[in-house]
Amino acid sequence: MTQAELRLCSLLLQEHFGEIVEKVGNSLLRTGPRPLRLLVGDTGLLLDQVKKALCVLIQHNLVRYEVQPRGSVEYEAQSKRILRLLRYPRYIYTAKTLYGDPGELLVEELLLHGHLPMSCAVARVADRLTETMEDGKTMDYTEVSSTFVRLADTHFIQRCPIVPESPRNTKAPPPPAPALAIAEKDMYTVPRLSLIGKGKRRHSCDEEEEGEHKAKRQKQEGGSSETPPDDGIYWQVNLERFHQHFRDQALVSAVASRMDQTSSEVVRTMLRMSEVTTASGASHTQPLSSNEIFRSLPAGYNIGKQVLDQYLALLADDPLEFVGKSGDSGGGTYTVSILSSWAPPSHFPHPSLIPLLLHRFGSRCARIFRLLLRKKHLEQKQVEDFAMIPAKEAKDMLYRMLSENLVSLQEIPKTPDHAPSRTFYLYTVNVMAAARMLLHRCYKSVANLMERRQYEMRENKRLLEKSQRVEAILASMQATGAEAAQLHEVEEMITGPERQQLENLKRNVNKIDASENQVDETIFVLESFIESTMKRP
Amino acid sequence: LSMAGRGRGRGRGQMTFNVEAVGIGKGDALPPPTLQPSPLFPALERRAVPLPGGEEGEYMLALKQELRRAMRGLPYFVKPGAPRRDIERYSDKYQLSSPTDNAIDWNPDWRRLPRELKIRVRRLRKGRTTPLVPKQHVALDKEETIKKLESLEKKEEEVTSEEEEEKEEEEEGKEEEEEEYDEEEHEEETDYVLSYFDNGESFGPDSDDNGDEAVY
Repeated sequence: MTQAELRLCSLLLQEHFGEIVEKVGNSLLRTGPRPLRLLVGDTGLLLDQVKKALCVLIQHNLVRYEVQPRGSVEYEAQSKRILRLLRYPRYIYTAKTLYGDPGELLVEELLLHGHLPMSCAVARVADRLTETMEDGKTMDYTEVSSTFVRLADTHFIQRCPIVPESPRNTKAPPPPAPALAIAEKDMYTVPRLSLIGKGKRRHSCDEEEEGEHKAKRQKQEGGSSETPPDDGIYWQVNLERFHQHFRDQALVSAVASRMDQTSSEVVRTMLRMSEVTTASGASHTQPLSSNEIFRSLPAGYNIGKQVLDQYLALLADDPLEFVGKSGDSGGGTYTVSILSSWAPPSHFPHPSLIPLLLHRFGSRCARIFRLLLRKKHLEQKQVEDFAMIPAKEAKDMLYRMLSENLVSLQEIPKTPDHAPSRTFYLYTVNVMAAARMLLHRCYKSVANLMERRQYEMRENKRLLEKSQRVEAILASMQATGAEAAQLHEVEEMITGPERQQLENLKRNVNKIDASENQVDETIFVLESFIESTMKRP
Repeated sequence: LSMAGRGRGRGRGQMTFNVEAVGIGKGDALPPPTLQPSPLFPALERRAVPLPGGEEGEYMLALKQELRRAMRGLPYFVKPGAPRRDIERYSDKYQLSSPTDNAIDWNPDWRRLPRELKIRVRRLRKGRTTPLVPKQHVALDKEETIKKLESLEKKEEEVTSEEEEEKEEEEEGKEEEEEEYDEEEHEEETDYVLSYFDNGESFGPDSDDNGDEAVY
């Protein structure tokens, strides 16, 4: 783990779970898997505090435990998973686009709590949706349930590993920690529950309703103390599936920008058909016949079968190898090659990434970079000639990129004694090294952004608190029907310059937050690229 | 071998390889040697690309900020226990109880966790003098006072009916899991302008003036 990753993990833990959890997570990340008592020693925290922190971390799948042969339990932090905290908004937003508000809230609840039983998740979401509805209306459980089932069917959520059945007649003492496990085939099976009910509002506006409401809750509370019907069956968000979705989206938009809307729709259809049959990490989708594809095209697309075949042929012929032809049965079978579209030998990930990343260095550097990618190895002189950049400038750019590890020098000796005067020095791009360097930079960027944001908030703490107090006073005054003049007087408690300061703060914090989201997108692209390149045989 | 290199390129830094190959011609001035670490904030040569705007970006921004706020309020945000007070105070009865180290504020499924992690789950019982409702909130003056009044209100209700007690116990259990706190709705339940109530606790470390202000 690099320092940059460690620092970012620390900041994320601290922001979402507080300093105690951060200290524990940090210790595990830096010194590796440890048992409880060593952890207490390392962190300097109280035993109970460490226990609580571990419970939280395990609940959120950020730490795993393992029983050692000697009987002690060791805890290990999952650094990659901790970094995913940054991506939560994207997961939630995606769920919204695919499954609407119930989908969005279900994914949000599962992320906020780490894992939940279905009954609990459905109840919470129904309550939340009810809050947003008009007076008197409530959200029925069935709609939320059916969205839950759809999320499970498309593998966006999955079941957590379960506690093994303990044999009744065992004489041995129970193990220090359960060995949780789940079979692949059970991971998406929704238990047969009949969840009946409606969402409840937390507070009602008039007393009468409140009275009824309380009575109703009493009855329902009676039920909640019993074990729920799906006791022991927990669900969590399947992050990998979301990642697959993001990759698919990127692929489709790459096809759209390279060819046209219709071809991107064809690819999108193919990907949709293969959603659950493609193992994560697979290099291609399962072969799909052109007949099947034709039948699965979305309703709005009235292209003839022959036109579809032409499109498929075009896609298969494209040097970027998005789609490959795998056979002739059923009118021709095709696959979408996922891996090679992410790690094509001659292309840096996601063609639009180059200008983005090299914006820092300038468009001429970008030109040199692309040139080196295409030509693999070039001498100094050749770079100047091909890129049509004057020598001095070219040299300067190459050295700068060299010092940042974006390009490297390759020695090709002409003679066995490697004499410098008789050796070729060629510039080349080591794609993996460059990608890793950029990724490292991204981690650093996000950490810097977070620290700056926290600094801004701290600097303005007094003013923020004052502003919140004034808001509260205003709200209560409005509720009790104060006059405009009185309200105005209270508003005046915040002076003009203070208002300006608050606005600036808000603008800056928004900008920083938006930037963090943006950098996470780049992190995703780079991580996917590195992962898929490493998988390539 | 190294001796062969000496004497060449006199008057300029000597390298182990032929610098002409990388384009440093004879007589070219090399940049001056770096004698200090690079500046903390190097000059920005180019302005950064503007952030993409749009509905998606806006929504995700709002989501991010909302998530941050929500997570601070959840029991998973572990706070250190409050330090012990020097003397027991009258107002302690009406203070919202602060987090304690030796209790966990939510109820994990202990079957799924190593046994050594088990810790007492905080459960508030009715009839105890220490009051109810430990919803973790970022300590803001007004929040504290509202909580105080809320808990007092609850205490009243507790006294009035048996049934209500039952409900409250459940309510606490539930409230521990609730994340959002809609202040406006709360305030509608009382006659008092809650935010005006300030017992002066926040002002200084020792403030014994509570006795005078009425506690309803």
